[in-house]
Amino acid sequence: MFLKEYFKTIYLTIRSLLKGMKTTGYYFTHQKEIITEQYPEVRPVLAERFKGEVIMPHNEANEHSCTGCQACEIACPNGTIKIVTKNEINAEGKKKKAIDTFVYHLELCTMCNLCVVACPSDAIVMANNYEHSVFDRREFTKVLNKPGSKIMEGIE
Amino acid sequence: MISLEGLTTLLQTWLQNTLGEPWAFAAESVLVGIAAITLFAFLGLALVYMERKVAALMQIRLGPNRVGPKGIFQTSADTLELVMKEGLTADGADKFLFNLAPFMVMIAAMLVLAPIAFARNFQIWDLSIGVLYVAAVSSVAVIGILMAGWSSNNKYSLLGAMRSAAQIVSYELSAGLSILAIVILTGSLRISDIINSQADGWWIIKGHLPVLIAFIVFLIAVTAETNRAPFDLAEAESELTAGFHTEYSGMKFALFFLAEYVNIFIVCAIGATLFLGGWMPFHIGGWDSFNHVMDFIPSSLWFFGKTMFLIFLIMWFRWTFPRLRVDQLLNLEWKYLLPISMVNLLLVTFMAIMGWHL
Repeated sequence: MFLKEYFKTIYLTIRSLLKGMKTTGYYFTHQKEIITEQYPEVRPVLAERFKGEVIMPHNEANEHSCTGCQACEIACPNGTIKIVTKNEINAEGKKKKAIDTFVYHLELCTMCNLCVVACPSDAIVMANNYEHSVFDRREFTKVLNKPGSKIMEGIE
Repeated sequence: MISLEGLTTLLQTWLQNTLGEPWAFAAESVLVGIAAITLFAFLGLALVYMERKVAALMQIRLGPNRVGPKGIFQTSADTLELVMKEGLTADGADKFLFNLAPFMVMIAAMLVLAPIAFARNFQIWDLSIGVLYVAAVSSVAVIGILMAGWSSNNKYSLLGAMRSAAQIVSYELSAGLSILAIVILTGSLRISDIINSQADGWWIIKGHLPVLIAFIVFLIAVTAETNRAPFDLAEAESELTAGFHTEYSGMKFALFFLAEYVNIFIVCAIGATLFLGGWMPFHIGGWDSFNHVMDFIPSSLWFFGKTMFLIFLIMWFRWTFPRLRVDQLLNLEWKYLLPISMVNLLLVTFMAIMGWHL
């Protein structure tokens, strides 16, 4: 009965292989549907929660809400964020800590969202932008606060 | 009617009249060499493009479609990229063998081209032991692969090369036995004799079931011999990064890549010659008017059509079947293909003695 088993194996193998070839052959001859997205022409629809890069929103008066507390810098697992602070003297003559530059290294960022969670004043958020390729890697080092911007009133 | 045969005779008489006997031969040798290299370059570009398109369509994708209309210049652009890349030689590698290996593989592929008949009377060298020559020389490629794996001084390369050697050495047997079936039926090792014996029908039709079995065994064995999926254990990228050519880059990698496609073309050409009649048009013994109509299609078209059909079949295998494990691979050869082709050879011999074939 060994021979019967032997030929049965061959028969079953050939049948299953032909079944596979029938499937791919059907796809080859019936080209009505393409499952891949034709990217530059068709843009993907992204969810709101998609994490593309860290940005700092500014309002119309060029104001952000970053206090320079450096919680995000501490929360970041791989040193993506560097905050340079300065001391500003406000109207009452008191010294106050503020950000000078908010440096963000996009090339190091893993989009883990921990900085956004850590921020007490919701100054940074994740943007939906995903097209990050540039010709020079220095362009990945970004300064998130816009030049001349200052902190919004009433945020401590 | 313009044919490749007429072209070559015209060229030969012209060369002999202008240059004289020895120089005409030398000029012809150079021309044949240039033609072979041009064919190889063209085959590499065309087959890679075809493979990518076939793969894409079988996976419900579009495939290359950016460079040129329908992406036909994609492979040329890839070649340009490979030419401009640096051909690195790894520091710990055996430098001489490392640089020699891609040429070994390529030369082995080029040598097999000699006895292939591309059209009626259009053949580089019609030697009397054509089939034996093909079987012998095609197995030389494994030396180049082993050389590449060993000299890379890399465990993945060595593993890939060893697997490749085990695979080619085992599958050579059943490929040889299935080729032998046709040799027995024809009674000659000469390629032109084998093609002429199919003037009243191809062997796959004349030879009944045994030749059909031999054809299937041949297809499986040559797929394994050219290291293609589902038998691509030598370069199994999920296990061995790239197998024997892990350390190669630039043009040296491109030579391995090109040799793979040239080998596919060659084994398919051999398969088409042995089982599907080579350049012989579709003839049915006795139907003279039908045969005459078929003769109007040029013989080179018949040859390339059949070869392309077999190449498509092998590509179809690649994009359908999953890769085998090493033990499954050797099981398939030693427990199934070899016994089957041995019994089959006995059947073919019996059939040839009794004269049962058409």
